[in-house]
Amino acid sequence: MEWLERNMPKLVLAPSFVAILIFVYGFIGWTAWVSLTRSRLMPRYEIDGFGQYARLFASPRWDVAMNNLFIFGGLFIAISMLIGLMLAIFLDQKIRAEGVLRTIYLYPMALSLIVTGTAWKWILNPGLGIQEMVRGWGFQNFSFDWLIRPEMAIYTIVIAAVWQASGFVMALFLAGLRSVDTEIIRAAQVDGIPTRRIYTAIIIPTMAPIFLSAFIVLAHLAIKAFDLVIALTNGGPGYATDLPATYMYAMAFSRGDLGQAAASAMIMMMVIFAIVVPYLYSELRPRREN
Amino acid sequence: MYMKSVLAASTALMLAGPVAAEPTAEVLHWWTSGGEAKSVAVLQDQFKAEGGTWTDMPVAGGAGDAAMTALRARVLSGNAPTAVQLKGPAIQEWYEETGLADISDVAEENDWAAALPDQIAQHMKCEGQWCAAPVNVHRVNWIWGNKQILDDNGIEMPTTWDEFNAAAEKLQQAGITPLAHGGQNWQDATVFETIVLAQGPDFYRKALIDLDPEALTSDTMKAVFDELRTLRGYVDDNFSGRDWNLATAMVMNGEAAFQIMGDWAKGEFLAAGKQPGVDFVCWPTPGQGFLYNVDSFAFFNVDGEDRQQGQKLLAKLIMGPEFQKTFNLNKGSIPARTDVALDEFDECAKQSSKDMTEDAQDGSLLPSYAHGMALRGAQAGAVTDVVTNFFNSDMSSEDAVQQLADAVAASQM
Repeated sequence: MEWLERNMPKLVLAPSFVAILIFVYGFIGWTAWVSLTRSRLMPRYEIDGFGQYARLFASPRWDVAMNNLFIFGGLFIAISMLIGLMLAIFLDQKIRAEGVLRTIYLYPMALSLIVTGTAWKWILNPGLGIQEMVRGWGFQNFSFDWLIRPEMAIYTIVIAAVWQASGFVMALFLAGLRSVDTEIIRAAQVDGIPTRRIYTAIIIPTMAPIFLSAFIVLAHLAIKAFDLVIALTNGGPGYATDLPATYMYAMAFSRGDLGQAAASAMIMMMVIFAIVVPYLYSELRPRREN
Repeated sequence: MYMKSVLAASTALMLAGPVAAEPTAEVLHWWTSGGEAKSVAVLQDQFKAEGGTWTDMPVAGGAGDAAMTALRARVLSGNAPTAVQLKGPAIQEWYEETGLADISDVAEENDWAAALPDQIAQHMKCEGQWCAAPVNVHRVNWIWGNKQILDDNGIEMPTTWDEFNAAAEKLQQAGITPLAHGGQNWQDATVFETIVLAQGPDFYRKALIDLDPEALTSDTMKAVFDELRTLRGYVDDNFSGRDWNLATAMVMNGEAAFQIMGDWAKGEFLAAGKQPGVDFVCWPTPGQGFLYNVDSFAFFNVDGEDRQQGQKLLAKLIMGPEFQKTFNLNKGSIPARTDVALDEFDECAKQSSKDMTEDAQDGSLLPSYAHGMALRGAQAGAVTDVVTNFFNSDMSSEDAVQQLADAVAASQM
């Protein structure tokens, strides 16, 4: 009985620990293994070396996918944070109907990315959406055809993704703003410091951890972005809006090229590690000092 | 005591005998849309009428991607379905991975070799043994045209791409979109391969079947890309993301004059109540030749007498003249058997069948690369990537042939 009491936490945690060990780390290892073989339709287990990675980096399509990831990821994170912060600051001005506005801003997050993608596909379609509408108002030379221009199509994905995520970022920042010690703000107000200065010099710097959390959430949303691309452009025109995730899907499921898919998955994972490891480091270090 | 157990054992054997021989089949396919589902139901009914038990395993979506994922999971877990919708070199690819069941006795008993064109029979064999059965032949290199528009503008059937271009320009001046096209990469590939075919069957074979680097970077291939660029100019601006059947609808509704597409487009016309020769025309693309896309079922290695019986029965029924006729009337394609009477088929199907028989003689009956009949997945994908990137950018033909050769070489590493 005493033994049971002492070991209860371990017993309760054991199943999920084993599950994570197998289904996360085990399969990461399996993917790494497959990425070093010449697997095509089915996994083969003879190690062959880094040929799949050489093929991957020789592929122009993978180049496009990686460039798109940096364009999309960078813009999506920066713009979402900027808009989210602005919305949060506006809502923080003790306005009426704040609850209603907050719900409206948050609402896009409740939608599936597939719905977002499909809706924006219609809005951005030059023959149906914004372009046609503005032309209908009499501006015949108005042109907004990013969706069908290969060099611009990736930005339409940024637009849709920002629309979806900035409300959520706003909610995070609003919570952050409300948690700042009101005493300090009062003191600053008494000293006659202008509101703009209060935000830039006091409130925003104290919210640094929230920025970091928002960044981590947005970064992993960007890297795993898949359904939005499928719904909005399906990787097109051509393969101009391919992201690593859609590339991996194409290789694994339509091309019967498991080795390529595994290699691209490993690279994606390394990109995520490059972001998450510094975060974990910064999160875990202070605790050790205590 | 001894007698009793012998009696029991022999009774059990007698009971087990007929039960075990009852054919069962689990059939994995992705024919889930209206006309397709109806076509499979025909096979299902025949199978049941012969006393078999049919377990349907339809996996919708992704042009078979989802079904192939399901297949992979089943094979990895050691429980392959009885029959799977597979086609082209994918049959041989699977044969090399897992082995496939040998159905040669059924094929020889029913003399499939005599009923099928040689080229198509080759796709159904794995190292000399029969391992798959074909259900239909789609012709890929068709031009579909709106009869009304063509008559109004006095356009005759083009026999070269130059004539096609001239007709398209005439239409463009009349304010009509000449070519309906969609934004799926296999549609770009379909148009591309019909232009390659126009350079002659030998060139097609060298370029898209043998992947000969010399042919891929030749001036002829540059000319192919030039023509593809010209055709791109005949497509409306709003094509990206459009599905093929919406492009067909544009021809149907008179918004565009032509579409270059396989004969599944005919299914759309017929479903809308249009008549060949009255509302729409079907012309083979310029140049001589026949690009085929053959749907087939491959048979995996399965245990159990009942399932093996099921495979044999299924193979026999699939190649049965009755099924070939009913199925293809539903699906819009033509029977793979050359000896099926075509009285009930429309004019386009009759011409398709006639051309298939003729082109089989002179070597211009060729597998479609765009529809997975000529190349394995990785190679076909590499070619399609270059073609679709060319179609959707302002890449030069010189760059395109170089990229094509590089991509093909990389895919073979």
